[in-house]
Amino acid sequence: MISQKLFNNRIIFSVILILLLFAPLFLTDFRLNLLGKFLAFAILAIGLDLLWGYTGVLSLGHGIFFGLGAYAMAMYLKLEATGGQLPDFMAWSGMSELPLIWIPFQYPIVAIALGILIPAAIAFFLGYLTFRNRISGVYFTILSQALVLVLVTLFVGAQNLTGGTSGLTNFKTLFGYSVNSPASQMVFYFITVGVLAIIFISCRILVKGRFGKVLVGIRDGENRMRFLGYNPSTYKTFVYTLSAAIAGIAGMLFVLQVGIISPTMIGIIPSIEMVLWVALGGRGTLIGPVIGAVFVNAAKTGFSESYPEFWTYFLGLMFVLVVVFLPKGITGLFTKWKERRQKQNDTASIEVSKSYSRL
Amino acid sequence: MTQPVLKLAKVIVDFSGFKAINQLDFSVQPNRVHFVIGPNGAGKTTLLDVICGKTRATQGNIQLHGKRELSKMSENQIVHQGIARKFQAPSIFPQLKVIENLEIAMKQKKGLFSILRAKWTKQEKDKIEEMLNLIGLEKVRNELAGSLAHGQKQWLEIAMVLIQEPDIILLDEPIAGMSKKERDKTGELITQIAKERAVLIVEHDMDFVKEYADVVTVMHEGQLLFEGSMEQVQNNSKVREVYLGRKVESDVVNTGS
Repeated sequence: MISQKLFNNRIIFSVILILLLFAPLFLTDFRLNLLGKFLAFAILAIGLDLLWGYTGVLSLGHGIFFGLGAYAMAMYLKLEATGGQLPDFMAWSGMSELPLIWIPFQYPIVAIALGILIPAAIAFFLGYLTFRNRISGVYFTILSQALVLVLVTLFVGAQNLTGGTSGLTNFKTLFGYSVNSPASQMVFYFITVGVLAIIFISCRILVKGRFGKVLVGIRDGENRMRFLGYNPSTYKTFVYTLSAAIAGIAGMLFVLQVGIISPTMIGIIPSIEMVLWVALGGRGTLIGPVIGAVFVNAAKTGFSESYPEFWTYFLGLMFVLVVVFLPKGITGLFTKWKERRQKQNDTASIEVSKSYSRL
Repeated sequence: MTQPVLKLAKVIVDFSGFKAINQLDFSVQPNRVHFVIGPNGAGKTTLLDVICGKTRATQGNIQLHGKRELSKMSENQIVHQGIARKFQAPSIFPQLKVIENLEIAMKQKKGLFSILRAKWTKQEKDKIEEMLNLIGLEKVRNELAGSLAHGQKQWLEIAMVLIQEPDIILLDEPIAGMSKKERDKTGELITQIAKERAVLIVEHDMDFVKEYADVVTVMHEGQLLFEGSMEQVQNNSKVREVYLGRKVESDVVNTGS
């Protein structure tokens, strides 16, 4: 029975992967680009599920880690577009030479590395201090939201460094190839699918091993884990850092495909939306949040295209319906259905054995 | 006298003015089933708390094997010194399977990187198998622990404490809410456990104490009132006096004699 379940999960995963790999055959360039964007969100959702679904730490601040990754990539793309010249917005703010913090971002490899390391470092710092002092639950959630507020304000305020409210855009090339051509967008799409698959599989291996059970233990009984000899704060800091790094990767892939990043995309509202993807898809399942991220964003796009005036109401209604009727998310619906089918099978076999005994 | 496994010297636990434990000297000998009894508020549970690090001693020393000082260590460090605690309410992990509960409880390196690299060894599998047999849950090993009956949860938790291979086990009211049959099984389990280690139990059920105790300590107002066999305890005038002041519990003592 267990092997069958594993088999089923593997099949679901393989089907999704194959569909994603063949998607370019069915979708227009525009749609493919959208899907690529959704998949970048899905990558973030996996990291967030590791943190919330498995470890029980709710962060309402993952937008900022996503944003830090996105800005790191955007800064490189901006410098590449200006050809080493001062970016336009800096000139407008009266700067005459490239500020110190922009210098490392001239090199693509450094920019990519920093896009992962900066969010990870900030998460490690915040996580280490809060978890070590046994600040958890709602208090941590509030802190994580405060982090977003502080950093977004900083981003908007430092207009000469970050482009302020309009953010960074007008990118041209990456490694010398045009960023906007359909061919490179196709490549970005496949890279996103690849990264998604790698992160999904590695997180799954983590979660299925002893480590995953320790995380669930921390989620359901942090104090009890202390008396089994574990130090939960080390684990929580690690998972928080890891999920921030994953969010950074997602942010970089997002910028490549969307071509713009601004403070409104990384603030409090997007951060809360990210948690909704996980909740809608189903916490603690890894595959659920992937489905949730794609589903919510596809619905958002679909509604806004067909009903430009009412789409926000539709979206709100959808959230309410799912929370009320599907507390375990979309994947919860599947497991319920599977259980019901299994029960039917069981009763069927009982009836068969009964009819045999009658003979 | 043999060297005690655990020795508390002049321990004070002060809850902002109220001394839950007051100048307590207390020791636990190896391979004994050691019960702690006393009226409500005598400091029994606080005694367990202070040993396992849940509560800090305001003053005094707690020594393991006469050398290691526990009062400055964090809870998880104390566990690795060889002290395991079972709480009053069953606190197993309901979302994990029975076998997974044992897997994370098992004695092993519990640092982040050791767990990330952890792989099943033959020894570990055998140990868990042995434990499942001991508590009689081998048939439900793959069930979620949350779906077990109350008694089974208690045994699973005792097994989770045992599999840490501690020198001392602290049990807080292990038979509360159990049926007669479950109590007998728990009693046998405790006797068996004590062959290799010390067991320190806080319990209210005097019949149970009488049946399984090697040593009984009576606590009163944060101090040690009397220590001896159950028979000596029952015939001690000081103990009677303390319990007689509390009618219901004095009846419990008398039904034992």
